[in-house]
Amino acid sequence: MNTTNGSLKIANRVFSSRLILGTGKYGSNEIMKKAVAASGCEIVTVSVRRADISNPARDIMSALDGKSLLILPNTSGAQNADEAVRLARLARATGVSDWIKIEVTPDPGWLLPDGEETLKAAKVLVKEGFTVLPYINADPILAKKLEDAGAAAVMPLASPIGSNRGMRTLDLIKIIVGQSRVPVIVDAGLGRPSHAAQALEIGVDAVMVNTAVSSSGDPEMMARGFRLAVEAGRAAYLSGLGPESDKAGASSPAEWIIK
Amino acid sequence: MSFSDEFKNFDVAAISAKIYRSTSADVRRALSKETASLDDFLALLSPAARDYAHELAARSREITLRHFGGNIGLYAPLYLSNECDNACRYCGFNSASSVGRKTLSEEETLREADSLKSRGFDNVLLLTGESSSKAGPAYVERAVRLLTDKFTFIGLEIFPSSRDVYRKFALAGASGLTVYQETYDEKVYADMHSSGAKKDFRMRLDTPGRALEAGFRRVGLGALLGLADWRVEAAFLGLHASYLADKYWRSDITISFPRLKKCASNFMPPRPVSDGEVASMIFALRLFLPRVGMILSTRESAAFRDSFVGWGITMMSAASRTNPGGYSGEETLEQFEVSDTRGVSEVVRAIEGRGCFAVFKDWDKSFGVARYD
Repeated sequence: MNTTNGSLKIANRVFSSRLILGTGKYGSNEIMKKAVAASGCEIVTVSVRRADISNPARDIMSALDGKSLLILPNTSGAQNADEAVRLARLARATGVSDWIKIEVTPDPGWLLPDGEETLKAAKVLVKEGFTVLPYINADPILAKKLEDAGAAAVMPLASPIGSNRGMRTLDLIKIIVGQSRVPVIVDAGLGRPSHAAQALEIGVDAVMVNTAVSSSGDPEMMARGFRLAVEAGRAAYLSGLGPESDKAGASSPAEWIIK
Repeated sequence: MSFSDEFKNFDVAAISAKIYRSTSADVRRALSKETASLDDFLALLSPAARDYAHELAARSREITLRHFGGNIGLYAPLYLSNECDNACRYCGFNSASSVGRKTLSEEETLREADSLKSRGFDNVLLLTGESSSKAGPAYVERAVRLLTDKFTFIGLEIFPSSRDVYRKFALAGASGLTVYQETYDEKVYADMHSSGAKKDFRMRLDTPGRALEAGFRRVGLGALLGLADWRVEAAFLGLHASYLADKYWRSDITISFPRLKKCASNFMPPRPVSDGEVASMIFALRLFLPRVGMILSTRESAAFRDSFVGWGITMMSAASRTNPGGYSGEETLEQFEVSDTRGVSEVVRAIEGRGCFAVFKDWDKSFGVARYD
């Protein structure tokens, strides 16, 4: 867990925003760019499989400003460690980044991550000098193994990707946050700004959102909503949330009346 | 258990009765659920669902955008050969047809590929008829190897093969196989395919499974719309796709909606399917199988295709030629008449005009064959 106050540090880089956006589901690059700007995010993810070097006019990568944003390539579509490693190497060889979000999702239906293969890929890529951010199930043991392997952050899912169901893995994510010595970024399943706020409130370091913004009626406004929610959640976490109680408690205690 | 074994246990009459007896209440219940069960799906295909067309379309749109975003994948068919030993009554390339026969040489194949490449395509579907002597397994494998440097996604729509032959194609670089059952009505199937290797209904039913076992990452299903009752065909397409997605869990399943059109055989579809009925089929399948890719080709008109952008369809062909050598100006007869004749940029503009995004590349050569060991 990253306990510094305002900024988020991953590997050797410091970010003031704790929101990461995906880029894969927008109706146009223009809408995507507006959403990215409104979100205030400093990291966006891009699928290597979608990068089209031979066709820059149609390439998502060329629509993004690589100077103001960290473009974080992901290995979407990889079904095993070997494929993820090949995609990461391709992203580095073509000059995209030596940061990589590992996604190993052998099941194209639910796109749930394969922990065993993810760990295998992470070990290889860390050795090769990549900054590795693995997408995982909310599995505290796997999170620690990845941390031991040299991952720069861990990215547990809140609920299945695209489900908009929010923090269904809350109890496990709390354990990961409590044990982790690298940033915890909650990825997948956050459907509303309030879900993001809840994640930040419990001490999650950052959240990653795609579907909730890209498939909303107004992605730009929704991106702004997530930005505010992330800031609200972080402020609540830093200021210390009061304990929940079954009983009412007056906001102006009246004990002084009784001597 | 193979799909043909499962098929033997299906009570076709009971499935049909379930569809036709579903009530408005069944349809409303199906629409209220996040994912439709099999019973819900059959209700959504029922005559009673006609009164809920708007609600069905709206649910299809919402689910499609959630899982696929505004992405519409674009691909192009590349006909390698129209030689065929089969006698499918509805097909312009059937063995009795007097169309000029052609099988592309390697040089001609490359010329066609370059023409598609120059239009921006990165996903190509290679097609042949069924002629082992003129365009058999060795020919197809060579064509795949020839094109792996040019396209990241290579799909095949060819003669059914054994698992071992499919393995060779997958290792050569083919990622997808499209194989339409044509019809799930066994009697109609026998009537339409009276000779040639294609006569074997059950062998064809198990073809997608064989390809997936061999390592293909994507398999495409379809029924030729117009041969049999579309509601029952849709039900079996859903059952087939759902069986494959569960058993071969690492693979993508897609469904196409090829509607019989005018072709060289002058075949008249016995059970024509209307625009509204194709729409009902697409929407009902989307509620039953939220993550399955759905394809509408240039067999359909521009206006009809455009109306599904963002509402259920996730892949389209564009600027297609359905004869071998068609992109290089060859004038041989087409397998079917292309209805949407727009160029690639026009199709892209139409997709964008509907708030969606035309995706040319969505695959990578880093992907190998699917493994089930």
